[in-house]
Amino acid sequence: MTVAADLADERLVQSKGLGGALDLVWRRLRGGDLGSLPVVIGLIVICAVFYSLDPRFLSSFSLVNILAYAAPIGIISLGIVLVLLLGEIDLSVGSVSGMGAAVMAVLVVKESQSLVLGMAAGVGVGVVVGLVYALLYTKLGIPSFVFSLAGLLGFQGVLLYILGSDGTINLPPNSGLIEFARFSYLTGTAAYVAVALVVALYVAGGLWKVRQRKRADLSAPSLVTLGVKAGLLALGLGWLTWYLGVDRGWSYLFLLFAALVVGMDLMLRRTRWGRHVFAVGGNEEAARRSGVKVGRIYVSVFVLTSTLAALGGVLAAGQQTSVSQATGTTDTNLMAIAAAVIGGTSLFGGRGSAYSAMLGIIVLQAIQSGLNIVGVDSSVRFMVTGAVLLLAVAIDSIARRARSSSGRG
Amino acid sequence: MTSPDLTKTQASPASDRAGRGDPAGSGLALSLSGVGKRFGAVQALSDISMEVAAGEVVALVGDNGAGKSTLVKIIAGVYQPDAGEIRLDGKPVSIAGPRGAQNLGIATVFQDLALCDNLDVVANLFLGRERRQLGVLDEVSMEQEAWRLLRRLSAKIPSVRIPIAALSGGQRQTVAIARSLVGDPGIVILDEPTAALGVAQTAEVLALVRRLRETGLGVILVSHNMSDVLAVADRIEVLRLGRNAASFRAADVSVEQLVAAITGASERDRAERGEAPIGGTQQTKTVDAPAGETS
Ligand SMILES: Nc1ncnc2c1ncn2[C@@H]1O[C@H](COP(=O)(O)OP(=O)(O)OP(=O)(O)O)[C@@H](O)[C@H]1O
Ligand SMILES: [Mg+2]
Repeated sequence: MTVAADLADERLVQSKGLGGALDLVWRRLRGGDLGSLPVVIGLIVICAVFYSLDPRFLSSFSLVNILAYAAPIGIISLGIVLVLLLGEIDLSVGSVSGMGAAVMAVLVVKESQSLVLGMAAGVGVGVVVGLVYALLYTKLGIPSFVFSLAGLLGFQGVLLYILGSDGTINLPPNSGLIEFARFSYLTGTAAYVAVALVVALYVAGGLWKVRQRKRADLSAPSLVTLGVKAGLLALGLGWLTWYLGVDRGWSYLFLLFAALVVGMDLMLRRTRWGRHVFAVGGNEEAARRSGVKVGRIYVSVFVLTSTLAALGGVLAAGQQTSVSQATGTTDTNLMAIAAAVIGGTSLFGGRGSAYSAMLGIIVLQAIQSGLNIVGVDSSVRFMVTGAVLLLAVAIDSIARRARSSSGRG
Repeated sequence: MTSPDLTKTQASPASDRAGRGDPAGSGLALSLSGVGKRFGAVQALSDISMEVAAGEVVALVGDNGAGKSTLVKIIAGVYQPDAGEIRLDGKPVSIAGPRGAQNLGIATVFQDLALCDNLDVVANLFLGRERRQLGVLDEVSMEQEAWRLLRRLSAKIPSVRIPIAALSGGQRQTVAIARSLVGDPGIVILDEPTAALGVAQTAEVLALVRRLRETGLGVILVSHNMSDVLAVADRIEVLRLGRNAASFRAADVSVEQLVAAITGASERDRAERGEAPIGGTQQTKTVDAPAGETS
C-alpha cells in the first residue's frame, strides 16, 4: 500500500482510524494543547454540584433559560475572543452594549422611529466606536487597555446622558425585538428538521474534505471517525432538542448566537482574514513582513468587537424589554470578558476559538442560574465567578508552560 | 471539478507578479546606488551601491553589525532607505512595504526567520499569499505545494500540520527558506540561511542557490561562512561599518583576502594597490574604524 504524501517521513507517528484519532487527542492533551477540555469538565462538575443541591437546576425550564440568557452576553463575548486572539483587550464592551441599547431605545420610544432604524443606529454606534478605537491603536499607538478603559467610563456616561432624567426606557410591549428576543422558540418538527440539516451539512463537509484530500494523495481522516463524530453530534443535538422541547425549546436568540459562533469559527479557520488574525496575534512582525496588512486586521477586529457588543446590547434590551441606567454595566462587562477566557481563548494572543465564547458564557450562566435556584445572594455569585475566572487563567498559563516544554508553542 | 481547479489555483501565484509584467521563471536585475539608512544616532548604512544581475549569485559578507541585515530589510521593504535609489531591471522603484516587495518579485528569508509560532507549517509557508477557492482557503492545494517545496529542500519535517513551535531550529530555517520559493520570485534574498542547518541541509540549500541561478533568478546570500560563500557566489560584496568595503569576483579571491576585507585589513592593501602582505596589517583596523561606530 502506498503511503500518503504527507505521511512519508518515517519519524511521523502513524495514526489510523478511530483508535488513531483518539490517540492523537490524548497526545495533544498531554502536550498542553487543552483546547476546550477544561471548560467541558468544569461544566460537568458545575452541573453535578447544582443538580445534587437542587434537581430543578437541570430541568428543561432551567436549561431553556440558561441558553436564552447566555445568548446576548455570549454575542458580546464573541467579540472579546477576537481581540484576545490579537493579544489585545476591550474593556468597554459592556458600556458600548449599553450605549447601543440606549440609542436604539431613545430612537424607537422617544423619537418614534421605526424599530429597524433604531436597531441599525444602535449597532452602528458599535461600528463607530470600533473605528475610533482602531484609529487610536493604529495611528497613535495607544494601548488597547487604556483607550478601552476610557471607553468603559466615557460610554457609561453617554448611556446616563441619553437616558436622561427618567433613567429607564421601556420598549413598546408589542415590539418585534421583544417578540424575537423573548418569546420566539424553535421546537417540534421544525427543530428536528434543523438538527438533521446541521448534521447533514457536517457530514457533507467531512466527506468533501476526505474526497479532496484523497484525490490530492494526502492522508484523510477515516470515514469511521467521521461517522462516529456525526453520530455523536446527531444524538447530542437530537436529545437536547427533545429535552428543551419539553419546555419551550431552542430560543431564537440562542440560535442566532450559535449561528454567529459557527460563522465566526468558519471565518477564523477557513478564510484569509482569519488566518491573518491568528498570524498577527502570534507574531505581528512576522505577519507584517509576510505582507499581511496588519493595520487592516486591527481595524476589522476592533470594529467587529464593538459591533458585536452593540448588537448584544440591543438584543439584551429586547430580552429585558427595557433599557436602564444599569444596562451593560459591570456585570455584563465582567461576564463577557471572563467567558472568552474561561472558554479557553488565551490572553497571550494567537490561540483560541469562537466556540470558547459559547462554552464560557454557558458556564457562567449556569453558575448564575444555579446560585439563583439554590437561593444564594449575588455577592456569592461575584466571588464564584471570580474564582472560576482565576482558575481558567491559571489553566491557560499552566498549559502554556506545558506547551513550551513539549514543543507546541 | 478538482483537477482543472487545482491547476488554476496553482497558476495563481504568477498573478502576484502581475505588476512586474515579465514571464514567470525569469529573473530580475537589482541595482542599488547611494543607499543610506540611519537609526537614531547609528548610521547603519551609508552610500551603499550594489548590483545583482539575473542569474547571478551575489554574496554579502561583513562582520556583525556591518549592516547586512539592514540592507536586506531595505530591499525587502521592511525599512525605507533615507537616501539612494533602487532599480529593478533598470527601472527605479520604491519598495513601499513587504507586500510591495513581494509584488515586485523580491522574496526574502530573514535572519530571524519571521515565522508565526502558533501557525502550522502550511499556514506559515503561504502567509500573505494564501491560495483560495471560492473565497475559502484551499488547504489541500497549499498542503500539496508545501510538500513539494519541502521535498525540493530535502527537508526533514515530520508533518506540515504541526505548529512551527514544535520544530527544531534547522527545521524552522528550512520552512523559512521554502517560504521564499512560494509565489515564484524573481530575486531571492537569503540572510544567513544556513546558520542552523545540518550538513545535508546546508548542502541542499547551496544546491538550491545554484539551481535558482540556473533558472535565471538573482540571489543575494548573506553568510559568515566563507567556504559556503566561495562555493556558490559569483561575486562577493564586502560591507564594513555600513559602507561598501570591497567587491570581488569569487573566482579570483581567497579566504584570506576576504577576511582581510571584512576586518578592514585590506584597506591599506587597496591603497597600496594590493602589494602589501595581508598578514601584519592588523593595526590599520583601529586606524580605519571611527570610534563609536561599531555595533
Ligand atoms: N531597528 C534598529 N534600530 C536601531 N539600530 C539598528 C536597528 N537595526 C539595526 N541597527 C543597527 O544597525 C547596524 C547594522 O545592523 P545589522 O543588523 O544590519 O548588522 P548585520 O551586518 O546583519 O550583523 P550580523 O552579522 O550580526 O547579522 C548595527 O549597528 C545595529 O545596531
Ligand atoms: Mg544580520
